[in-house]
Parts: sequence; structure tokens; C-alpha cells
Amino acid sequence: MRHIISVLMENEPGALSRVVGLFSQRNFNIESLTVAPTEDSTLSRLTVTTLGSDRVIEQITKQLNKLIDVVKVVDLTEGEHIERELMMIKLKATGQMRDEIKRTADIFRGQIIDVTPTTYTVQLAGASDKLDAFIDAIGTSGIMEVVRTGVSGLSRGEKVLSL
Amino acid sequence: MELLSGAEMVVRALKDEGVEYIYGYPGGALLHIYDALFQQEDVKHILVRHEQAATHMADAYARATGKAGVSLVTSGPGATNAVTGIATAYMDSIPMVVITGQVMSHLIGEDAFQETDMIGVSRPVVKHSFSVQNPEDIPGIIKKAFHIAESGRPGPVVVDIPKDMTTPTERYPYEYPASVKLRSYNPVSRGHTGQIKKAMDMVLSAKRPVIYSGGGIVMGDASNELTELAQMLNVPVTNTLMGLGGYPGTDRQFVGMLGMHGSYEANMVMHHADLILAVGARFDDRVTNALDKFCPTAKIIHVDIDPAAISKTIKADVPIVGPAKSVLSEMVSIVKASKKQIDKEALDAWWQQIEEWRTRHGGRFRTDDSELMKPQQVIEMLSKVTNGDAYVCSDVGQHQMFAAQYYKFNKPNRWINSGGLGTMGFGLPAAMGVKLNFPDADVACVTGEGSIQMNIQELSTISQYDIPVKVICLNNQSLGMVRQWQDMNYESRHSQSYMKSLPDFIKLVEAYGHVGMKVDKYEDLEAAMQEAFSLKDRMVFMDIAVDPFEHVYPMQVPRGSMRDMWLTKTERT
Repeated sequence: MRHIISVLMENEPGALSRVVGLFSQRNFNIESLTVAPTEDSTLSRLTVTTLGSDRVIEQITKQLNKLIDVVKVVDLTEGEHIERELMMIKLKATGQMRDEIKRTADIFRGQIIDVTPTTYTVQLAGASDKLDAFIDAIGTSGIMEVVRTGVSGLSRGEKVLSL
Repeated sequence: MELLSGAEMVVRALKDEGVEYIYGYPGGALLHIYDALFQQEDVKHILVRHEQAATHMADAYARATGKAGVSLVTSGPGATNAVTGIATAYMDSIPMVVITGQVMSHLIGEDAFQETDMIGVSRPVVKHSFSVQNPEDIPGIIKKAFHIAESGRPGPVVVDIPKDMTTPTERYPYEYPASVKLRSYNPVSRGHTGQIKKAMDMVLSAKRPVIYSGGGIVMGDASNELTELAQMLNVPVTNTLMGLGGYPGTDRQFVGMLGMHGSYEANMVMHHADLILAVGARFDDRVTNALDKFCPTAKIIHVDIDPAAISKTIKADVPIVGPAKSVLSEMVSIVKASKKQIDKEALDAWWQQIEEWRTRHGGRFRTDDSELMKPQQVIEMLSKVTNGDAYVCSDVGQHQMFAAQYYKFNKPNRWINSGGLGTMGFGLPAAMGVKLNFPDADVACVTGEGSIQMNIQELSTISQYDIPVKVICLNNQSLGMVRQWQDMNYESRHSQSYMKSLPDFIKLVEAYGHVGMKVDKYEDLEAAMQEAFSLKDRMVFMDIAVDPFEHVYPMQVPRGSMRDMWLTKTERT
């Protein structure tokens, strides 16, 4: 099953490599990974999406917690949560395609953020499956380039991951 | 406040941490630190002949004392040579601080001379690592390194110091912190009382209980608490390879080591138990055999300081995260206060069954099928000659298993071996590390002619510092454990397991100024070994010819349950 694991960790050199290293060392899977400092510049927030049985996910959270740089770990998928991913997608846009892409982007609440006579770049945010659906709707033949941030997420309501 | 250079801070911090010996090898990146070492006498340095030995010496000191050992190695090859020793300590959860030199900060990343990304190279085999970015941080980092290495589940910590952090002319205020606090690292100090109560309720209701304890008892200083609990309950105890000595080896309740080469009775007890109280052990593959066939009737209580060790391979029915010492002493108090008694009748029947198993195999081996003496006989003699009271530092292979099976350890911290990583070459430097710190104790290195050659250069270090260890070399002229597997699984095709052109070990050790003894006959063994241990001031190498055809038994059948074992070459359970 897919899990979104959120990690609060020290914003120290080498901290990210310890997390990434742990995943490869213990044969854990990484679907996507995103990391950036928080409002407190001494802390970073890392989100990793991974696949695994309950036993594997339990090991992942325990092994992450063992890292000295890691302050807190939560498996967001255990409770109500919100997840978002940002995608920028560069598309061939000539002739009729220009209108078609614009319409599809509107339906998905995307924005066209760069325009040339032959291309559109669309920005789209949402859950990962929504981004997948947009790619399906556009069709792969018109796609020049795709870049996705990977999933970020947090728990709904009052629950927070903080010191 | 006192002003010190970075190099002086390193040495002073070690002194302030109470470190007496460090083990190392100098090099370009460490020259400032070695100069600072030269100008003081509190921290003594042992110059090894290969950095791997420096780490094993520090590691063995930690295994014998529970305190972190320290080694100091230079950048590049010095650091990479230390990696095997760091990994050895990591796999067995041994506290160690390894200080590695690094090229100057401005050269990092430029493929400079003797540059290695040691933080990167060591990352999978350290508990944590630090890279010094400012000389002022050195005291704080060293304090943290010791704190992390020794607390919680212990492990090795690397401190990487670029040369320009130690410049002698640049001085900074020095103060060694009295304590350390890390917001992201707070190991538990005691177990959950509710869980402990629940566990003891299960123990007191059990009919066929067993205590399975490991290295966590030894490093967690919980041997007395374990012994008290086991004896109050009259429950059988089995130890892992790492846990030997955690419970007295000659006590009636001790059923021996368990696992791949565990005793027949220990593995039978485990398989038939209805309750396993696991303390400071990690259900590793050399213990459990096939996970799906593991102890089918047992409920499992698992006590460990590391939450990640619990339910990693075998699911625990009652997990308890906490230090073995405090959890066990709480368990003792609960049993003392409890109105409920363990079912004596059931326990008597259980013991009767155990005694039957004991009589059936009981660690026997044949002595009539070979002209040469048996390796087991040598270990039994070592146990006799040293009154079971020596520090036994082992290498890796058949001799290691024989030592684990036939030396009766009654005290913790006396059995010093590379259990998890299985590092050949560990034994000799380990024995040196122990002997240096316990000069009055008998310290033996049990080895084979294969393992000893992996760090034999340390005979030179022994000369330099007069470290009179006794090497008991079980010479079967082959890589015995490899050969055993080839006999059992590859129709005796001995691919590369025959040690052709062995040196004359006697001449070799004499060349270094030590005493060599060759023993070919069992009749001569006792007198020779007595003599070796009576030479208190000399390093003695006993080259003992043993039967090359001997196998280690029992041996669990691959992919079987705990009770599926070969008992001899022809007999199976």
C-alpha cells in the first residue's frame, strides 16, 4: 500500500543523505521525495511516498526515528490528511491543439505559465492521481517535458507535526 | 577561559572524557593532532600496524568495559581501512568514537591527495557522524559523539576533522560541556510499566517458558538482574552468541547457546516453548532459522532498547521498549510482590523434558575417529587452565563456534567476538585491546590459521608495547567453516578453502620476539597451555594441530525450524 511519511528533521548538512541512504541500505522503496526548510530555519520538513506492507512501513518509520537528525516522524496515511503535488508540463501547442490544451488545463484548474508560438507550459497542483489524469487527458504524444515536485502533505484539522 | 588550538582541543576533550588509551595511525591530515598528543601524557596512544586493528582494539575495550573505545586514523586510506572495524562495532552495537582526519576544508571535493568522503563511506555503518566545520565546535561535538555512542542502543560514531580545523597557531576558548542535550535524540530510560506487568502476568501463567537473552544484557549491564529473575522463576535460559556470559554458563538453568550452532537442548527448548521472554536479542537469521517455522507454540515478549529491533523479523505479542537493566529489575519486583505463582507442576514437567534433551546430546563429540586432537578438546582445556575466567577474544570461523560452545562463561564482558559482521582478523587486536586495559587478567585470542593471518602484522605492535596476550591457534590447515559447508552442500569440493603454504608460525612469532609453541598431541596440551599462561610477561603463540575433518555440530538444517538440526555427520533430528 502507498504511504506518505512526513519527517521533521534537523536542517543540518548530510541529514538528507542519511534519510536517502537509509532507504537504499534497507531496500525500502521511494516513490517520491521532497524536502525544504520550515518556518524555523533550523528544521527541515521531508515528505516521502513509499510502497510496502504494514511490516515494512513500521520498519521505515522506526528506522527513520532512529536517525539522530530526525526529530519526529508521522505516517500521514494513517489519518485524515491533505496531499498536494505540483507539476509543470511543457506541451507542443500548435493549431487546434492550443485551444484544446487551454480547455483541458481549465477543467483541471491548471494555469498556463509560459507561452511561445509553438508551446504552452501548464502548471498544475493537486493530488498525484489528478496530475496523472491530466497527463492521460492530454496524451503523451504532445508532451515535451514533465517536472513534478513529489508529494507534500499534512494532517487535517488541529493535528500538527512540530517540536 | 583557556585558549587551545583545535588539535589541542581534540586531545583535551578526550582527556576530559576520561579516555586513557587511543589506538591509531598518523598521517598528513592528523599531524597537528599528533603533535598535540606528543606534548601531553594523559591520553596514551597505541600505534597499530594497520588501521583496522586500531578500531578492533577500541571496540574490544568497549566490549570489556561498556565504555566507548577511541581510535584515531588519518584521511583517505587510513579512514577506509577503519571501515571494517566500524562496521564490526555497528553490527554488534558497540560504542566507539572514531576520529578521522580530513583534507583541508578548501580542498574537500577536489579529489585532493588522501581525500575520501568518510562521512559518506561510513554512513551505513555508523550510529551517527559529525563533520567539524568550526574549530570552536570541537569540544561540543566530541561530547555529543560519546553521548550518542554510549547511550540508547550503543554504536560507533565518526568525527571527521579537516586539517585546517586543527591549526596550532589558531586558538579558541575551550570548555568541555558537562552534559549534552539533543532535541532529536532521547533514548528511553525505562520500559512501560503496563506492558511489563502484562508480560509478567504471561510469564507467571506459562507452562513451558524460556528466557532468550542477547548482547543487550552484556552491554546493558543487566546480567545480575537477568540472573535474579531467572533463578526466582526457575526458568531455563539460553544466550545468543553475543549474550554469552550474560547468564552464568555453568548454572543448571543455562541450556547453552541457541541458533545455527546452538546446543541441541537450547534449540529444542525454544521450539517447544509456550512463552519466550526475549531480552536484548534481535531474532536474527542465525538464531531463528526459517521465520515461518519459528517456535510455533510460543507467545513472545520482546524487551529491547531499540524499538526498531522489535517485530523486525518475528512479531512480538508484548513489545517492551526500554533498557534491559531497568526492565528486568521491574520484573523482579513484580514477581516478588505477586500473589500469583508460576505453575510448579508444569515447570517440573518442563525441566524433566529439558533434562532428557540434555542427556540425549549434551554437547558430545567423538575423539576416537582421528589421530589428531579435536578443536573442542583444546577449548575445554583452555576453559580448565584459565578456570573459565579469561577474556576470550575470538576470530571468526569454526574455532569461534567451538569457543562459544565449550568455554563456560560465568561472567559478562568476557566473551569478545565479532558476532554480527563475522570479521576475520578481529581476534588478535581485540585481545590486545583488552590486555592493555586489564594487564592482570588472562587474555586469550582463539583463532585459526586463516583468521590470524588477516591481522598478523599486529605481532609488531605487541612487541612495541609489551602486550602479553596468548594466541590459541586451532590449526586445521583449512578455512574450516567454509570447508564444512563445502562438505555438507558441495560434495566436498574444497574450492579455495585449503591454506597451502602456511608460514611456520613459530619462527614467525619468534622473529617478532615472542614465544612460539607447537602442540601436536593431546597428551602435551595441558602442560603446554599451563606454561603459556604462566609466562605472564610474554606473548605466546600456541600453534595447535587439530583434526581438519571436524565439523561444528549441532547445525541447523537450512530453511528448517529451530529443532531441525544435524547432530553429527550422519545423525539428524
